[in-house]
This record gives sequence, structure tokens and C-alpha cells, in this order.
Amino acid sequence: MGKTLAEKILSQKSQSEAKSGSIIIARVDLVFVQDTTGPLTVRQFQSSGFKRLANPTRSVLFMDHAAPSPNYGLSNDHKLLRDFSRQVGATVSEVGEGVCHQIVAESLAKPGDVIVGADSHTVTAGALGAFATGMGSTDVAIALALGETWLRVPESIKVLLSGNFPAGVYGKDLILYLIGQIGADGATYKALEFGGSGADNMSMSARLTIANMVVEAGAKAGLFASDKITQEYLAAQGRGKEYQPVSADDDAGYEKTTNIDIARLEPMIAKPHTVDNTAPVTEVRGTKINQVVIGTCTNGRLDDLALAASILQGKKRHPQTRLIIAPASRQVMLDSIQAGYIQTLIEAEAVILPPGCGPCLGLHQGVLGSGEVCLSTSNRNFKGRMGSPEAFIYLASPATAAASALTGEITDPREVI
Amino acid sequence: MLKGRAFKFGDSISTDHIIPGRYAHLRSNPPELAKHVLEDADPAFAAKVKPGDFVVAGNNFGLGSSREHAALVIKMAGVSAVLAKSTARIFFRNAINLGLPVLICDTAKINAGDELEIDLSAGTVKDITNGKELEFNKIPAVMLAILNCGGLIPYIKKYGSFKLE
Repeated sequence: MGKTLAEKILSQKSQSEAKSGSIIIARVDLVFVQDTTGPLTVRQFQSSGFKRLANPTRSVLFMDHAAPSPNYGLSNDHKLLRDFSRQVGATVSEVGEGVCHQIVAESLAKPGDVIVGADSHTVTAGALGAFATGMGSTDVAIALALGETWLRVPESIKVLLSGNFPAGVYGKDLILYLIGQIGADGATYKALEFGGSGADNMSMSARLTIANMVVEAGAKAGLFASDKITQEYLAAQGRGKEYQPVSADDDAGYEKTTNIDIARLEPMIAKPHTVDNTAPVTEVRGTKINQVVIGTCTNGRLDDLALAASILQGKKRHPQTRLIIAPASRQVMLDSIQAGYIQTLIEAEAVILPPGCGPCLGLHQGVLGSGEVCLSTSNRNFKGRMGSPEAFIYLASPATAAASALTGEITDPREVI
Repeated sequence: MLKGRAFKFGDSISTDHIIPGRYAHLRSNPPELAKHVLEDADPAFAAKVKPGDFVVAGNNFGLGSSREHAALVIKMAGVSAVLAKSTARIFFRNAINLGLPVLICDTAKINAGDELEIDLSAGTVKDITNGKELEFNKIPAVMLAILNCGGLIPYIKKYGSFKLE
């Protein structure tokens, strides 16, 4: 029997027959932490007795979750990471450069890589055909020291996509639909491998949104084969030479296959307080909202801001609804300024945050109060995630978010586009 | 042999229930951070839990973030093992890496406040209060070796790298 994408990449990186269910030791091509998981990684690295990184140029410390730092506790954590980088030669991605997962996609990940990051949304890089997975601080500390990690080779679920997106429906709606279908533990320990004509035609940005959220179904990785779109994306980032074709074998063994006809999807939303609590947007239409967030590693890319700007062009947000924009990276911010999106959004009375995680994890820059309702393009709506445990978080696409910012209530984007 | 009381939690207890992002500034101060353990699931838990007690949960315990602090604050609270019907992948690995046993078993058979006795090597959970005995799923060999060393750092100090049988 042939190999799935996960088995193929992990066989190559472990120099062994990596069949699903087996436990292997894989070389890692990129190891990273962010500012809320990194300090524990540094302490564990130091207590392990290691003095050197296995691969300093492929070891990155990102300042994105609390950037710029909102208090001195976190400032001290940033200092610890900077001091560590000087000692061991790791790369620092400074305050303002953007969210780790976006920068990994833009500048670091390539097809066939194994990537481990101390952040659950490390899975995002699966969009480029990399086996990328989130781990805790201690696992990542050891991966930094050894340049390898142990992995159980996951079983794979094939998600066969057909058709094209109808108007008002995007990658975010697709992944919310899938999570709603299989549940928040529907892919625990497994890889979700996306394929079919619907995947072949999909933009890299939509692939990144989809791969980003596979962990909300418990998945260890979310994988797309590399193809012409991957090649074009890497070339546009000045990394054309890093492209290599990576795909599953035709006779690979999947635990099961799920078919989704993209043409039949409609705008979707995740209701409080779990990501699998999904419904068509029409079901909760009219729900009043206090704050809209557009951005983050899920939906903070250039096309996401373009979509928001096109909906908000020449209009203003609803007076009772705050609108916060968090571009995913410095590149996204600069490109959005050049394209005029930022001006459009500011004229629509949006607040523009520096590139970073923004209010997604309730640290700063738009923390929710008790009883407040937020519609966000981010990836989690757990109780307490964005501030008060008495707040309510809905998750949807940038189009639904922008449409709802105009009306002050949850709105089907097909009414305004 | 581990002995203590069962503190029951439901399904889908996320890492935000266990230790939310609003306390991220305390992550380098674990004793302070641990005062908020499981606060959004049971605000009284931190005050009630005693060393040796167990967290007993339903499905998909620890879903969400990779924050190892979720496993860390549970361990710091003195909890000697987490029992659940299932757990999220990263939480499971994090707990074992910190030397905190996570045992997958049918927790519906355990009631809140029950006295439990766990034999890790035999793979059994004995509910002293209701007399029931449960088996928990076998922990993969590599994780058992890490757990037996007390966590990943002592394991790596002992072996130098990962050893697969």
C-alpha cells in the first residue's frame, strides 16, 4: 500500500518506514516558540543541561502574542527570550513583525519539512505541504537541543473537496463546516489531508486558513499536497527555489474519506463556547455584537483585509460596534497600506493594531467585558478566551465580520457583497 | 500507589478553562499562576484540592492551546493524576513530559468526591467509595519511560536522546 502525505514526509525525515500507528524519531527542519510559551522552553532547555542549539538558524523566537508588551511581567519574558537568543544564536522575530504562523508561511516553511512549534496553530504550515504540529514548551526545548523529536505517525482522514466557492463563502466557512461535522475531537491524533479538485483550485491564503484550524478538530496536522499554487506562492515570496513536489501516493491508505461539495456551502459561524458549535450564519442573524475583530493567523492576510475593505468602502461601522483590525504580519500591513485598504478601514472607523495576535487570546488590545458579544475571524471561542468568562465569542469569515460591523448585528455577507 | 479524592469535570474542558490567557503575565511565576488552576471551570477548585487528589474529566480534556502551563498548574496544585475519557493530544504529551500521569478510562463510573486508589504499574483505578474497579488504557512505551523518569527533562538527562525499543 502507498503512503499518505504524513507517512511520506515522516518516512523521509525519519529514514524509516513511517506507517500510521508507528512511533518514529524525525529530524526537524524548523523549531519555534512564541512569547507566552518560549520562556518555559528556555527554562527547560537550561535545566536539561544543553548549551547549544542543534540548528540555530532554524530556531526562531517570536514576539507576537503580547507585542508590544502590555505589562512588565510579559516584558521580562521578552527580555528572557532576547537574552537567550544572544547566548545560543537563535533568531528573534521582534515586536511588530507579526504572528509566528504567518511569518513561517511567508519566509520559513517549505514542502516536505517537519516543523514543531510551541503553539497549537503550528499546523498552519501544512498548507505548504509541511508536516507541522504544535507541542508544549518542554518538547520544543528538547527539539531545539537535539534537532529531532519523537512522533506517533498519525492515521489520515482524506477530505475530498469538489466545486468552487459560491459568492460570500470562503475557506473559513469550509473549515467551520468541517469542524461542525466531525466535532472538536473528530480528528484527535490524526492528520486531515485535503485533496480533490476543490483543493487544487484553492488559493494559498484559503489553504492557510483551513490548515490553521484543523487543531480545533483535534488534528495533529492538516496537509495539502504541494502544487502549482504552492510554487507560485513561494516564488512570490522570493523563495521559488525552495519548492519541491510532495504528494500522497494514489493507493495510500486512509482511515476514512469525507466528501465536501464546496459549491453547496453557505456562510458558517461558530457559536459560543466551542468551535464545533457551528451553524449557518442565517441561524443567528440579528444577534447584537459589541466588537468585531478581523485578523490573526486565521484570517489576517492581504486578501482578508481586501475583502473587509471592499465591504466597508465608503461606509462606517455601526456606532455601537467597535471594529478592530489585526494584520497578521508586517508584510500584510505594508501591502494593505499600499493597496489603500488600511485607509478605507480607518475611514470606516476601524482601529488598526500592530501586526500580531491582537485580542485573540484575551491578553490586551480589545479584551472583552462581562456580557459582551464579539464576532471574530480568529480560531477559538472558548469561555474566557478573549477576556471575561462571561463574554460570548462567535467565529466567522472576514466577509461576515465586516458585514456585521456595518449593521452592529450578525449579518449574512451575501446581503452586502 | 496513588490515593486521593476525585474532582469531577465535564466534557471539553479547554486550556482556557484550566489557565486562561488573561493570566499570561503570571506564566513565569508558577506559584501565583497555579492559584487560578481550573478557575473558569470551578472557581473553588484551587482552594479545595489537596495534594494527591485527582482531576476526573469527560471527553477531550485539555483541548485548545499548546500552553504547557495547563498541565503545570494542575501538577502544582498537587494533583497526582488526571483521569479522562479522552484528552487532546498536546495536553496529553505535555502532562507526561512534566511527570503528571494522564489515564484514559471510563470516568462516568466515578462520582465527585469518591476516594480513589490508582496502581500505575497494574493499570487499575479502584474507587474505594463505590467499590468499582476500572482499567485504564496502556500508555505507549516511550511515554511510559518518560513518565517513569519523572518527565522529559530527567529522561533526556538520563538517556541523552530519545530511545525507542
